[in-house]
Amino acid sequence: MRKIAIYGKGGIGKSTTTQNTVAGLAELGKKVMVVGCDPKADSTRLLLGGLAQKTVLDTLREEGEDVELDDIMKTGFGNTSCTESGGPEPGVGCAGRGIITSINMLEQLGAYDDDKELDYAFYDVLGDVVCGGFAMPIRDGKAQEIYIVVSGEMMAMYAANNICKGIVKYADAGGVRLGGLICNSRKVDNERAMIEELAKRLGTQMIHFVPRDNMVQKAEIHRKTVIDYEPSHTQADEYRSLASKIDANEMFVVPNPLEIEELESLLIDFGIAN
Amino acid sequence: MSEKKNLDSDVFRANVMEKYPPKVMKKRGKQFIVREESPDQTIQANVRTVPGIITQRGCCYAGCKGVVLGPTRDIINLTHGPIGCGYYSWLTRRNQTRAGDSPDGDNYMTYCFSTDMQDQNIVFGGEKLLRQAIQEAYDTFHPKAIAIFSTCPVGLIGDDIHAVAKEMKEKFGDCNVFGFSCEGYKGVSQSAGHHIANNQIFKHVVGTSEEGRKGKYKINLLGEYNIGGDAFVIENLLERCGITLVATYSGNSSIDHFAASHTADLNAIMCYRSINYVAEMMETKYGIPWVKINFIGAKATAKSLRKIAEYFEDPELMKRVEEVIEEEMAGVESVIEEIRPRTEGKTSMMFVGGSRAHHYQELFRELGMTTIAAGYEFGHRDDYEGRRVLPTIKVDADSRNIEELKVEADPEKFNPRKTEEQMAALQAKGYEFKDYEGMLPDMEKGSFMIDDISHFEMEKLIEEYRPSIFCAGIKEKYSVQKMGVPMKQLHSYDYGGPFAGFAGAINWYREIDRAVNSKVWKLIGAPWEKSNTLHGSFVNK
Repeated sequence: MRKIAIYGKGGIGKSTTTQNTVAGLAELGKKVMVVGCDPKADSTRLLLGGLAQKTVLDTLREEGEDVELDDIMKTGFGNTSCTESGGPEPGVGCAGRGIITSINMLEQLGAYDDDKELDYAFYDVLGDVVCGGFAMPIRDGKAQEIYIVVSGEMMAMYAANNICKGIVKYADAGGVRLGGLICNSRKVDNERAMIEELAKRLGTQMIHFVPRDNMVQKAEIHRKTVIDYEPSHTQADEYRSLASKIDANEMFVVPNPLEIEELESLLIDFGIAN
Repeated sequence: MSEKKNLDSDVFRANVMEKYPPKVMKKRGKQFIVREESPDQTIQANVRTVPGIITQRGCCYAGCKGVVLGPTRDIINLTHGPIGCGYYSWLTRRNQTRAGDSPDGDNYMTYCFSTDMQDQNIVFGGEKLLRQAIQEAYDTFHPKAIAIFSTCPVGLIGDDIHAVAKEMKEKFGDCNVFGFSCEGYKGVSQSAGHHIANNQIFKHVVGTSEEGRKGKYKINLLGEYNIGGDAFVIENLLERCGITLVATYSGNSSIDHFAASHTADLNAIMCYRSINYVAEMMETKYGIPWVKINFIGAKATAKSLRKIAEYFEDPELMKRVEEVIEEEMAGVESVIEEIRPRTEGKTSMMFVGGSRAHHYQELFRELGMTTIAAGYEFGHRDDYEGRRVLPTIKVDADSRNIEELKVEADPEKFNPRKTEEQMAALQAKGYEFKDYEGMLPDMEKGSFMIDDISHFEMEKLIEEYRPSIFCAGIKEKYSVQKMGVPMKQLHSYDYGGPFAGFAGAINWYREIDRAVNSKVWKLIGAPWEKSNTLHGSFVNK
């Protein structure tokens, strides 16, 4: 089983990209589990066709000790297993501790056991790794591969670079590696070239360039992935392509994060800061 | 006792310091000093502990809940946190109390109240749980007050205990609910917790009732926690002298006493470290002067009673005080006469508290014993060097983290108990207001003063100087005894006490006599450590 964590700046499209890609993997016949690690619990909405499911933490709170895997794991598009960690309302409690608790709970309940015959487990993590809890999915023994969703916007690149710093830290202690950058296009000038250059300087690859297309929005409104909603659309092929590339990926690195000056000069060289 | 000549203090200090890495040595060097000829020395105190030295210190929560608020019988002290914090601070300090006057006694000290936070409360926040716990406590006991104490995780997840307290107080209408943000990690020791406790008691309780005890000479006793019944002895003494005790902070106390404590005319401070803040604030807001007193030691007790009497400048009171002292001293002297030949010339070491390592030197002196090393667990520089150094104490980030209340004279209740002229006249006669000279002047030349002593330093001190008795807390007790030195706990008094006042002094003399003259300590050490190992071989068949 490959365990993959998806990180990136808030609002960059992590959950959308993850679910569309997972749909592509499912189409390839892979057995995939998605673990949503965002208190908003919206990481599996497109696969499940809605937000209806009860989160791990809600279940734990309401059911007490009698929690079964079936209570918190629902089957979504293409026989994917979907679960949401959940968490507190904004402004109270400790969401980070919640992630730790729920991932431990999933492990205890055997969500990752061999009998589940999983090919992939995906962790979709909150944009800002604000505390140790949000780094839980990349601690030792959890996700070994990370993909960072990025765009040509400065703050998205800045966030990607910061996430790389986190990966370096955990790469020393555990075995986590960066599998590549996924460019989720915002139609910024020279976007593809710039992200390719950023990837190169980080020592990784831009694994796929996902063009911007309103079909993604349209499918989302219908609570579906593009592959599910409009399988013949070109955007569906983009996600299929990304899924195949991840499936075939063999480039796993410990990234070299850039100094802030270097990052800024990158933006100048590629014209965006002019 | 030992025939071998002890190392010179400076040489010993150098030997100990030499074992530390340079950075640790630099820090410990300032906290480990040898008393010189002149008492104008500086010691570093109230700074972060060096990790790994095995400190004696406790946490902020311990200082707030355990020390200052713990001894009050009729406040429900509710720990908001996982169960361990509440459980391990439950009745461990041996604070005694009498039941209250009401038919059911209003004594909650024997209960342990905790919200018992679980994982899910950490994740989703614990305010709801706290609200439930307060409600449950209120429904079950209908107490006058509920105090909430924050533990570390509460600070991390940001539960707003003060908002919950305010809400519940308004809801009940007849129960004072207030919170203490005394998360264990705050400050460098339990001292931070004392300050937080002082602030909140002052803010939420003091001055809320005018129904204080009536009397001619009304005082508050501050920083007396009634461990082993000390406060009972002092209460008895004061009563016999005709002095009315409005409130004790906080041994054998009730929240009603605190509420009306602003009606007293003098604040007398025992443990300066833990409670001086309240005294300062009461002086500013209500005009009550404070003096430092000490009821540990017969002579110190006599001196303290005289000091209180002199304040009221009433010959009748002074006469009564003298009568009580005379009555008591006769008993004390006969016991000293009997015991002193057996204790004369013996030595002690004391590492405890923010006052006790100083106060108890009185009792040893009365037995002809010398304190050759002493230090505080959580004292500040003024506890060592006296209040004269207050302006020169550097306020570091750790102390700044603790709120300083801005206090002003109360527009209605401010009433200077003495005019400036009266104060000046008393001072001219040598009377000291708000003064504490600290431990340093009372130590002998060549003795050690060690702040936040490390375990290593403690062992080396005992090995080299073999004190006749060592005083500290439970964490040190058994290491010391295994080294063959009697040990007296000065937090809990082991199982003994009271040691305050004249009656307490007599208890102390007898107990110390038994400890330092017991032959049992010579028997410590396994036989094979004392004599050569026996060698043998199997008989050939």
